[in-house]
Amino acid sequence: MMAADQKQDFVELTDAQKKARRSRSIALGLALGALVIVFYVITLAKFGPAILDRVL
Amino acid sequence: MALVDGRHLGLSDVSVSEATAGDFVALLKPRVMSLVVFTAFVGLVVAPVLPNPLIAIVSIAAIAVGAGASGALNMWFDADIDRLMARTAGRPIPAGRVRPADALAFGLVLSALSVMTLGLVANWLAASMLAFTIFFYAVIYTMWLKRSTPQNIVIGGAAGAFPPMIGWTAATGTIGLESAILFLIIFLWTPPHFWALALFSKSDYAKAGIPMMPNVAGEASTRRQIFAYSLLVAVTGVLPALLGYSSLVFGVAAAALGAGFVWYAWRVLATAETRAAKALFGYSLLYLFAIFALILVDHIAMRSIGA
Repeated sequence: MMAADQKQDFVELTDAQKKARRSRSIALGLALGALVIVFYVITLAKFGPAILDRVL
Repeated sequence: MALVDGRHLGLSDVSVSEATAGDFVALLKPRVMSLVVFTAFVGLVVAPVLPNPLIAIVSIAAIAVGAGASGALNMWFDADIDRLMARTAGRPIPAGRVRPADALAFGLVLSALSVMTLGLVANWLAASMLAFTIFFYAVIYTMWLKRSTPQNIVIGGAAGAFPPMIGWTAATGTIGLESAILFLIIFLWTPPHFWALALFSKSDYAKAGIPMMPNVAGEASTRRQIFAYSLLVAVTGVLPALLGYSSLVFGVAAAALGAGFVWYAWRVLATAETRAAKALFGYSLLYLFAIFALILVDHIAMRSIGA
Protein backbone atom coordinates (compact mmCIF):
# COMPACT_ATOMS: atom_id res chain seq x y z
CA MET A 1 0.00 0.00 0.00
CA MET A 2 2.67 2.52 1.10
CA ALA A 3 5.08 1.44 -1.60
CA ALA A 4 2.48 1.90 -4.31
CA ASP A 5 1.50 5.33 -2.96
CA GLN A 6 5.08 6.50 -2.76
CA LYS A 7 5.68 5.64 -6.36
CA GLN A 8 2.78 7.93 -7.24
CA ASP A 9 3.38 10.74 -4.77
CA PHE A 10 6.95 11.65 -5.55
CA VAL A 11 7.95 13.73 -8.51
CA GLU A 12 10.77 12.12 -10.46
CA LEU A 13 13.32 14.81 -11.36
CA THR A 14 14.94 14.66 -14.75
CA ASP A 15 18.72 14.83 -14.97
CA ALA A 16 18.54 18.44 -16.11
CA GLN A 17 16.39 19.35 -13.10
CA LYS A 18 18.74 17.56 -10.70
CA LYS A 19 21.76 19.28 -12.21
CA ALA A 20 20.07 22.69 -12.01
CA ARG A 21 19.01 22.06 -8.40
CA ARG A 22 22.55 21.08 -7.48
CA SER A 23 23.93 24.25 -9.09
CA ARG A 24 21.40 26.40 -7.19
CA SER A 25 22.13 24.61 -3.91
CA ILE A 26 25.88 25.14 -4.20
CA ALA A 27 25.44 28.83 -5.10
CA LEU A 28 23.03 29.37 -2.20
CA GLY A 29 25.40 27.62 0.19
CA LEU A 30 28.34 29.75 -0.94
CA ALA A 31 26.26 32.95 -0.74
CA LEU A 32 25.07 32.19 2.80
CA GLY A 33 28.60 31.22 3.85
CA ALA A 34 29.94 34.48 2.42
CA LEU A 35 27.25 36.42 4.28
CA VAL A 36 28.26 34.82 7.60
CA ILE A 37 31.91 35.72 6.99
CA VAL A 38 31.01 39.29 5.92
CA PHE A 39 28.91 39.94 9.02
CA TYR A 40 31.55 38.42 11.29
CA VAL A 41 34.38 40.47 9.78
CA ILE A 42 32.31 43.66 9.74
CA THR A 43 31.40 43.22 13.38
CA LEU A 44 35.10 43.03 14.23
CA ALA A 45 35.92 45.99 11.98
CA LYS A 46 33.18 48.20 13.44
CA PHE A 47 33.85 47.43 17.09
CA GLY A 48 37.61 47.06 16.81
CA PRO A 49 39.47 46.26 20.04
CA ALA A 50 36.52 47.69 21.98
CA ILE A 51 34.69 44.44 21.34
CA LEU A 52 36.69 42.93 24.24
CA ASP A 53 36.10 45.96 26.41
CA ARG A 54 32.46 45.78 27.26
CA VAL A 55 30.90 45.50 30.66
CA LEU A 56 29.13 42.16 30.59
CA MET B 1 -2.41 12.18 0.46
CA ALA B 2 -5.63 11.90 -1.47
CA LEU B 3 -5.21 15.42 -2.79
CA VAL B 4 -2.08 14.44 -4.68
CA ASP B 5 -3.09 12.25 -7.56
CA GLY B 6 -1.80 11.33 -10.98
CA ARG B 7 -3.32 14.27 -12.77
CA HIS B 8 -1.42 16.83 -10.72
CA LEU B 9 1.84 14.95 -10.96
CA GLY B 10 1.57 15.24 -14.72
CA LEU B 11 2.33 18.95 -14.36
CA SER B 12 5.69 18.30 -12.74
CA ASP B 13 7.61 18.89 -15.94
CA VAL B 14 6.64 22.54 -16.07
CA SER B 15 6.63 23.30 -12.34
CA VAL B 16 10.08 22.02 -11.38
CA SER B 17 12.68 24.67 -12.04
CA GLU B 18 15.57 24.02 -14.37
CA ALA B 19 17.19 27.36 -13.55
CA THR B 20 20.89 27.15 -12.79
CA ALA B 21 22.80 29.50 -10.52
CA GLY B 22 24.08 31.19 -13.68
CA ASP B 23 20.53 32.11 -14.70
CA PHE B 24 20.05 33.90 -11.40
CA VAL B 25 23.36 35.69 -11.86
CA ALA B 26 22.12 36.80 -15.31
CA LEU B 27 19.06 38.34 -13.59
CA LEU B 28 21.43 40.71 -11.79
CA LYS B 29 22.61 42.22 -15.11
CA PRO B 30 26.32 41.64 -14.34
CA ARG B 31 27.56 44.08 -16.98
CA VAL B 32 25.52 46.95 -15.57
CA MET B 33 26.64 45.82 -12.13
CA SER B 34 30.31 46.10 -13.07
CA LEU B 35 29.78 49.75 -14.02
CA VAL B 36 27.92 50.30 -10.72
CA VAL B 37 30.76 48.74 -8.73
CA PHE B 38 33.28 50.94 -10.51
CA THR B 39 31.39 54.25 -10.18
CA ALA B 40 30.40 53.54 -6.56
CA PHE B 41 34.04 52.73 -5.80
CA VAL B 42 35.17 56.04 -7.31
CA GLY B 43 32.51 57.94 -5.34
CA LEU B 44 33.63 56.29 -2.13
CA VAL B 45 37.35 56.80 -2.67
CA VAL B 46 37.15 60.50 -3.65
CA ALA B 47 35.08 61.31 -0.55
CA PRO B 48 36.92 63.48 1.97
CA VAL B 49 36.53 60.84 4.69
CA LEU B 50 38.09 57.43 4.05
CA PRO B 51 36.28 54.56 5.75
CA ASN B 52 37.82 51.34 7.02
CA PRO B 53 38.77 49.33 3.87
CA LEU B 54 36.65 46.33 4.92
CA ILE B 55 33.64 48.56 5.45
CA ALA B 56 34.34 50.21 2.08
CA ILE B 57 34.44 46.84 0.27
CA VAL B 58 31.25 45.56 1.88
CA SER B 59 29.48 48.89 1.23
CA ILE B 60 30.32 48.66 -2.47
CA ALA B 61 29.21 45.02 -2.55
CA ALA B 62 25.89 46.03 -0.95
CA ILE B 63 25.39 48.79 -3.53
CA ALA B 64 26.21 46.31 -6.32
CA VAL B 65 23.76 43.71 -4.98
CA GLY B 66 21.09 46.40 -4.64
CA ALA B 67 21.66 47.39 -8.28
CA GLY B 68 21.49 43.71 -9.26
CA ALA B 69 18.24 43.30 -7.34
CA SER B 70 16.67 46.18 -9.23
CA GLY B 71 17.85 44.48 -12.45
CA ALA B 72 16.04 41.28 -11.42
CA LEU B 73 12.85 43.23 -10.65
CA ASN B 74 13.19 44.96 -14.04
CA MET B 75 13.50 41.61 -15.84
CA TRP B 76 10.53 40.21 -13.89
CA PHE B 77 8.29 43.10 -14.94
CA ASP B 78 9.62 43.40 -18.49
CA ALA B 79 9.51 39.69 -19.42
CA ASP B 80 6.59 40.35 -21.80
CA ILE B 81 8.42 42.98 -23.86
CA ASP B 82 11.87 41.37 -23.52
CA ARG B 83 10.41 38.36 -25.31
CA LEU B 84 9.70 40.52 -28.37
CA MET B 85 13.15 42.08 -28.80
CA ALA B 86 16.12 40.23 -30.29
CA ARG B 87 18.54 41.92 -27.85
CA THR B 88 16.65 40.68 -24.78
CA ALA B 89 14.79 37.52 -25.89
CA GLY B 90 17.57 35.34 -24.47
CA ARG B 91 17.18 36.68 -20.91
CA PRO B 92 16.36 34.00 -18.30
CA ILE B 93 12.61 34.67 -17.97
CA PRO B 94 11.62 35.10 -21.65
CA ALA B 95 13.84 32.12 -22.51
CA GLY B 96 11.83 30.07 -20.00
CA ARG B 97 14.72 29.15 -17.71
CA VAL B 98 13.59 31.14 -14.65
CA ARG B 99 9.97 31.33 -13.49
CA PRO B 100 8.69 34.91 -13.11
CA ALA B 101 7.69 34.42 -9.46
CA ASP B 102 11.19 33.16 -8.65
CA ALA B 103 12.77 36.25 -10.23
CA LEU B 104 10.41 38.52 -8.27
CA ALA B 105 11.23 36.80 -4.97
CA PHE B 106 14.95 36.89 -5.79
CA GLY B 107 14.80 40.63 -6.54
CA LEU B 108 12.79 41.48 -3.42
CA VAL B 109 14.95 39.41 -1.06
CA LEU B 110 18.19 40.88 -2.44
CA SER B 111 16.74 44.43 -2.28
CA ALA B 112 15.93 44.06 1.40
CA LEU B 113 19.21 42.33 2.18
CA SER B 114 21.37 44.90 0.37
CA VAL B 115 19.64 47.92 1.94
CA MET B 116 19.81 46.43 5.46
CA THR B 117 23.46 45.49 5.01
CA LEU B 118 24.45 48.95 3.76
CA GLY B 119 22.55 50.54 6.65
CA LEU B 120 24.28 48.39 9.27
CA VAL B 121 27.71 48.55 7.69
CA ALA B 122 27.87 52.20 6.52
CA ASN B 123 24.99 54.48 7.48
CA TRP B 124 21.24 54.77 7.01
CA LEU B 125 21.39 57.81 4.71
CA ALA B 126 23.35 55.74 2.19
CA ALA B 127 20.94 52.82 2.75
CA SER B 128 17.92 55.08 2.15
CA MET B 129 19.49 56.31 -1.08
CA LEU B 130 20.04 52.71 -2.19
CA ALA B 131 16.42 51.84 -1.36
CA PHE B 132 15.26 54.90 -3.30
CA THR B 133 17.45 53.94 -6.27
CA ILE B 134 15.96 50.43 -6.38
CA PHE B 135 12.45 51.86 -6.10
CA PHE B 136 13.17 54.48 -8.76
CA TYR B 137 14.55 51.95 -11.25
CA ALA B 138 12.03 49.15 -10.64
CA VAL B 139 8.86 51.20 -10.15
CA ILE B 140 9.28 54.72 -11.57
CA TYR B 141 11.39 53.73 -14.59
CA THR B 142 10.47 50.12 -15.38
CA MET B 143 6.78 50.05 -14.47
CA TRP B 144 5.84 53.56 -15.39
CA LEU B 145 8.14 55.74 -17.56
CA LYS B 146 9.64 53.10 -19.84
CA ARG B 147 6.34 52.26 -21.50
CA SER B 148 4.75 55.70 -21.41
CA THR B 149 7.14 58.48 -22.47
CA PRO B 150 10.15 59.05 -24.76
CA GLN B 151 11.74 60.86 -21.78
CA ASN B 152 11.90 57.41 -20.09
CA ILE B 153 15.66 57.02 -20.09
CA VAL B 154 16.27 60.73 -19.43
CA ILE B 155 14.45 60.60 -16.08
CA GLY B 156 15.25 56.93 -15.47
CA GLY B 157 18.92 57.75 -15.93
CA ALA B 158 18.87 59.05 -12.35
CA ALA B 159 18.79 55.45 -11.12
CA GLY B 160 22.05 54.67 -12.91
CA ALA B 161 23.58 57.94 -11.72
CA PHE B 162 23.01 57.38 -8.00
CA PRO B 163 25.69 54.70 -7.26
CA PRO B 164 28.71 57.07 -7.05
CA MET B 165 26.64 59.36 -4.81
CA ILE B 166 25.72 56.42 -2.59
CA GLY B 167 29.39 55.43 -2.40
CA TRP B 168 30.28 59.00 -1.37
CA THR B 169 27.52 59.04 1.23
CA ALA B 170 28.53 55.60 2.54
CA ALA B 171 31.93 57.13 3.34
CA THR B 172 30.83 60.54 4.64
CA GLY B 173 27.26 60.16 5.90
CA THR B 174 26.33 63.33 3.99
CA ILE B 175 25.52 64.60 0.50
CA GLY B 176 27.92 67.05 -1.12
CA LEU B 177 28.31 69.13 -4.27
CA GLU B 178 31.20 66.94 -5.40
CA SER B 179 29.06 63.79 -5.27
CA ALA B 180 26.25 65.66 -7.04
CA ILE B 181 28.65 66.34 -9.93
CA LEU B 182 29.46 62.63 -10.22
CA PHE B 183 25.69 62.07 -10.37
CA LEU B 184 25.29 64.74 -13.02
CA ILE B 185 27.97 63.27 -15.28
CA ILE B 186 26.18 59.88 -15.49
CA PHE B 187 22.73 61.48 -15.58
CA LEU B 188 23.57 63.65 -18.62
CA TRP B 189 25.57 60.83 -20.24
CA THR B 190 22.59 58.44 -20.21
CA PRO B 191 20.42 60.04 -22.96
CA PRO B 192 23.10 60.17 -25.70
CA HIS B 193 24.26 56.67 -24.69
CA PHE B 194 20.81 55.05 -24.89
CA TRP B 195 19.55 57.09 -27.83
CA ALA B 196 22.59 55.98 -29.84
CA LEU B 197 21.54 52.43 -29.02
CA ALA B 198 17.91 53.25 -29.83
CA LEU B 199 18.91 54.62 -33.24
CA PHE B 200 20.25 51.25 -34.34
CA SER B 201 17.68 49.17 -32.40
CA LYS B 202 14.68 51.18 -33.56
CA SER B 203 12.79 48.26 -35.10
CA ASP B 204 13.29 46.16 -31.93
CA TYR B 205 11.78 48.87 -29.74
CA ALA B 206 8.95 49.40 -32.23
CA LYS B 207 8.12 45.68 -32.10
CA ALA B 208 7.88 45.83 -28.31
CA GLY B 209 5.92 49.11 -28.40
CA ILE B 210 8.44 50.99 -26.25
CA PRO B 211 8.25 54.75 -26.96
CA MET B 212 11.97 55.41 -27.42
CA MET B 213 12.90 58.85 -28.76
CA PRO B 214 13.68 57.77 -32.38
CA ASN B 215 10.35 55.93 -32.60
CA VAL B 216 8.32 58.85 -31.23
CA ALA B 217 10.08 62.06 -32.27
CA GLY B 218 11.92 60.64 -35.29
CA GLU B 219 15.59 60.04 -35.97
CA ALA B 220 16.46 63.62 -36.98
CA SER B 221 15.15 65.05 -33.72
CA THR B 222 16.90 62.31 -31.72
CA ARG B 223 20.22 63.15 -33.40
CA ARG B 224 19.84 66.82 -32.48
CA GLN B 225 19.01 65.94 -28.88
CA ILE B 226 21.96 63.54 -28.69
CA PHE B 227 24.21 66.38 -29.82
CA ALA B 228 22.75 68.81 -27.26
CA TYR B 229 23.25 66.35 -24.40
CA SER B 230 26.78 65.61 -25.60
CA LEU B 231 27.68 69.29 -25.17
CA LEU B 232 26.28 69.17 -21.63
CA VAL B 233 28.24 65.99 -20.85
CA ALA B 234 31.46 67.53 -22.15
CA VAL B 235 31.01 70.63 -19.95
CA THR B 236 29.97 68.66 -16.86
CA GLY B 237 32.99 66.38 -17.25
CA VAL B 238 35.28 69.39 -16.73
CA LEU B 239 33.38 70.71 -13.69
CA PRO B 240 35.42 68.81 -11.06
CA ALA B 241 38.50 70.78 -12.22
CA LEU B 242 36.64 74.11 -12.52
CA LEU B 243 35.30 73.77 -8.98
CA GLY B 244 38.70 72.79 -7.60
CA TYR B 245 37.94 69.16 -6.70
CA SER B 246 40.38 67.89 -9.31
CA SER B 247 43.64 69.12 -10.79
CA LEU B 248 44.24 71.11 -13.95
CA VAL B 249 45.74 67.98 -15.54
CA PHE B 250 42.39 66.25 -15.01
CA GLY B 251 40.61 69.26 -16.50
CA VAL B 252 42.66 69.07 -19.71
CA ALA B 253 42.16 65.29 -20.03
CA ALA B 254 38.42 65.59 -19.31
CA ALA B 255 38.11 68.36 -21.89
CA ALA B 256 39.80 66.12 -24.48
CA LEU B 257 37.50 63.20 -23.66
CA GLY B 258 34.50 65.55 -23.84
CA ALA B 259 35.65 66.90 -27.19
CA GLY B 260 35.75 63.30 -28.43
CA PHE B 261 32.20 62.78 -27.22
CA VAL B 262 31.00 65.89 -29.04
CA TRP B 263 32.87 64.82 -32.19
CA TYR B 264 31.21 61.38 -32.21
CA ALA B 265 27.81 63.00 -31.57
CA TRP B 266 28.51 65.44 -34.41
CA ARG B 267 29.19 62.47 -36.71
CA VAL B 268 25.80 61.02 -35.71
CA LEU B 269 24.14 64.38 -36.45
CA ALA B 270 25.93 64.98 -39.76
CA THR B 271 26.08 61.56 -41.41
CA ALA B 272 22.82 59.90 -40.26
CA GLU B 273 24.51 56.51 -40.64
CA THR B 274 23.91 53.53 -38.38
CA ARG B 275 27.67 53.11 -38.16
CA ALA B 276 28.03 56.56 -36.58
CA ALA B 277 25.43 55.72 -33.91
CA LYS B 278 27.23 52.46 -33.12
CA ALA B 279 30.53 54.32 -32.88
CA LEU B 280 29.01 56.85 -30.46
CA PHE B 281 27.52 54.04 -28.37
CA GLY B 282 30.94 52.40 -28.09
CA TYR B 283 32.70 55.69 -27.35
CA SER B 284 30.14 56.65 -24.68
CA LEU B 285 30.98 53.49 -22.69
CA LEU B 286 34.68 54.24 -23.01
CA TYR B 287 34.06 57.87 -22.01
CA LEU B 288 32.24 57.04 -18.79
CA PHE B 289 34.84 54.52 -17.75
CA ALA B 290 37.70 56.89 -18.62
CA ILE B 291 36.29 59.97 -16.90
CA PHE B 292 35.67 58.08 -13.64
CA ALA B 293 39.07 56.42 -13.86
CA LEU B 294 40.63 59.88 -14.32
CA ILE B 295 38.77 61.30 -11.33
CA LEU B 296 40.00 58.36 -9.26
CA VAL B 297 43.64 58.54 -10.38
CA ASP B 298 43.68 62.34 -10.03
CA HIS B 299 42.38 62.17 -6.47
CA ILE B 300 44.86 59.51 -5.45
CA ALA B 301 47.71 61.51 -7.04
CA MET B 302 46.62 64.80 -5.42
CA ARG B 303 46.24 63.11 -2.05
CA SER B 304 49.66 61.48 -2.23
CA ILE B 305 51.41 64.80 -3.00
CA GLY B 306 49.36 66.43 -0.26
CA ALA B 307 47.64 68.95 -2.50
